[in-house]
Amino acid sequence: MPIEFNQLIAQAAQLGHPAGLKPVKLALLGDSTTQFLHRAIVAQGVLSGIAFEVLEADFGQIERQVFDPSSDLYAFEPEMVVVAYTAKKLLPKFYAKSPDAQRCFAADKLAELQDLVAILTEGTKAKVLLWNIEELDDKVFGHFGNKISLSFPNQVRRLNVGLMDLAERHGNVFIIDIASLHNRVGRAAAYSPHIYVSTDLVHSLNFTAMIATAITDVVCAIVGKFKKCVILDLDNTTWGGIIGDDGIENIEVGNLGLGKVFVELQRWVKALKDRGIIVAVCSKNTESVAKEPFEKHPDMVLRLDDIAVFVANWENKADNIRHIQEILNIGFDSMVFLDDNPVERQIVRENLPEVTVPELPEDPAEYLEFLYGENLFETASYSNTDADRTRQYQEEADRHLLSKRFTNVGEFLRSLDMKAFVRPFSDFDVPRVAQLSQRSNQFNLRTVRYTEEDIRRIAADPNYVTFAFNLADKFGDNGLIAVAILEKRSHDELFIDTWFMSCRVLKRGMEAFTLHTLVAAARAHGYAQLVGEYIPTAKNAMVAEHYSGLGFQEQDGFWYLALGDFQSSPFFIETITE
Amino acid sequence: MSNEEFLAKLQVVFRQVLSDNSIVLTENTTAKDVAGWDSLSHVMLVVEIETAFKKRFKAREIQNWQRVGDMITSLQNG
Repeated sequence: MPIEFNQLIAQAAQLGHPAGLKPVKLALLGDSTTQFLHRAIVAQGVLSGIAFEVLEADFGQIERQVFDPSSDLYAFEPEMVVVAYTAKKLLPKFYAKSPDAQRCFAADKLAELQDLVAILTEGTKAKVLLWNIEELDDKVFGHFGNKISLSFPNQVRRLNVGLMDLAERHGNVFIIDIASLHNRVGRAAAYSPHIYVSTDLVHSLNFTAMIATAITDVVCAIVGKFKKCVILDLDNTTWGGIIGDDGIENIEVGNLGLGKVFVELQRWVKALKDRGIIVAVCSKNTESVAKEPFEKHPDMVLRLDDIAVFVANWENKADNIRHIQEILNIGFDSMVFLDDNPVERQIVRENLPEVTVPELPEDPAEYLEFLYGENLFETASYSNTDADRTRQYQEEADRHLLSKRFTNVGEFLRSLDMKAFVRPFSDFDVPRVAQLSQRSNQFNLRTVRYTEEDIRRIAADPNYVTFAFNLADKFGDNGLIAVAILEKRSHDELFIDTWFMSCRVLKRGMEAFTLHTLVAAARAHGYAQLVGEYIPTAKNAMVAEHYSGLGFQEQDGFWYLALGDFQSSPFFIETITE
Repeated sequence: MSNEEFLAKLQVVFRQVLSDNSIVLTENTTAKDVAGWDSLSHVMLVVEIETAFKKRFKAREIQNWQRVGDMITSLQNG
């Protein structure tokens, strides 16, 4: 069950003001009262690691706030703007229109919203979090309303389809899927008419808490807090029964017993994997026994090549998850652990509090509906390289094996036959660069998050010099693994606005190679020095000594490298410029 | 349930929702008498009282409440 409003407020109050929350300035523009949503968002933020600073406009002022350049909204300089229209408030406007105008209601509203979005994204750098519209069916036409564009529910659905198109066209627009939340709990739970009448609160208090959670989920994904990996237990989680006792013929997957449940769960995990979520296995089993169903059972959906890291042994699961984390080199807070056993879940929660451990229902038949409700894998971007991620991690495991056989690091690196493709951002790179900017936390000097819109703008701006680094080696193509953006701040200051790198290519000499590339570009543009900056976050301690290690000198919080006598450190990467 | 029992149970809800264990309710208590009982927390109180007593109030009842005693009257009516 989703968290109730009063519970949400109470849980957040218990935590008080924890340190280390990420500050986010969010403006709330609604066509109905947003006081309760405001409270719930602040509370959910505390639970999710975000310190929301909220500007709450008086309700019914969406247009005035957006179209008036002197409004509070612009003075507030929000990072996120929530725009909340509701069917409840749109319905009287719909009724007031002529039949011809009713038929165009969705189209007209969309045109309005397009203007609104255009002005907002011009006037601010904010991401726009646009609510779609709950499917309030007034039953004026009954089911026949589906056959006729004159009905309100018909127009609402058109509007919602139009909003998806709008969001697809604008990198800075994200939809908060209110309609889907309504579908989940039903209108009886989502509205409370007896409270609405005297408060103008369109949605019930508990539904308001659900909306706050949804908004926070999306904000978290945008600021780079999202899940990258799902770790599966096997017995009674991935299949029914115990492989070590029951044997491959008797575990429940496919037509046997509850097998259908586990097939459906596996299909879902496979779909996540195809979207780019890394799948790992952590099971108390003998490895060869645990692997057998993946290799031989005809009804298994998941196969060994879907699994990036497979850990089956008799050690405790917290240690095994630490091991998985080391191989994948991602944060514990980006991992989800699914296990039917409450004791194992508790051990992992106690030892690794950052790992998300859903309280799976007792009945496996309920797993999937429960997991849908948790919305664990919110994302703010997608590119088709995501789908290759598992293969990349498997190749990484192979590289680990190889590096053990070389005693000399240089010899090992030379043997990798690394080739770096370096180019300014192309159209092809835009979504990938934006995405890596959202994802990369550890090797990231300033942790500035960019959207596709931002990247496109920077690529076209002559004040910036951009570099996308793709790295291939004898094991395969790593894809885009590093990004640097230089900003010409003045005639003698070339500033390293952005430098981040995927941790998959750590210890490969990529740092020295990247600097070598930046120095060459700086010289070509006639600069005598490079200026860098390190902005510490909870996750990027790894690069605290980055600039000093590369020979930069610190002064007043910035790092300077004189190019005159700069000598590059050795590296074993061949440049391919395009 | 007697008025005293209603009052005692309501007091638990008030204390919890308003995070104030010093709240003491009588039938004549009004919003003015309790720190933190504003229009915002009023809605939270309504929802929490409905949950605690497994009852859904009518809109008119909610609008007409002047004092805690009126809440008890609503609770007694069905």
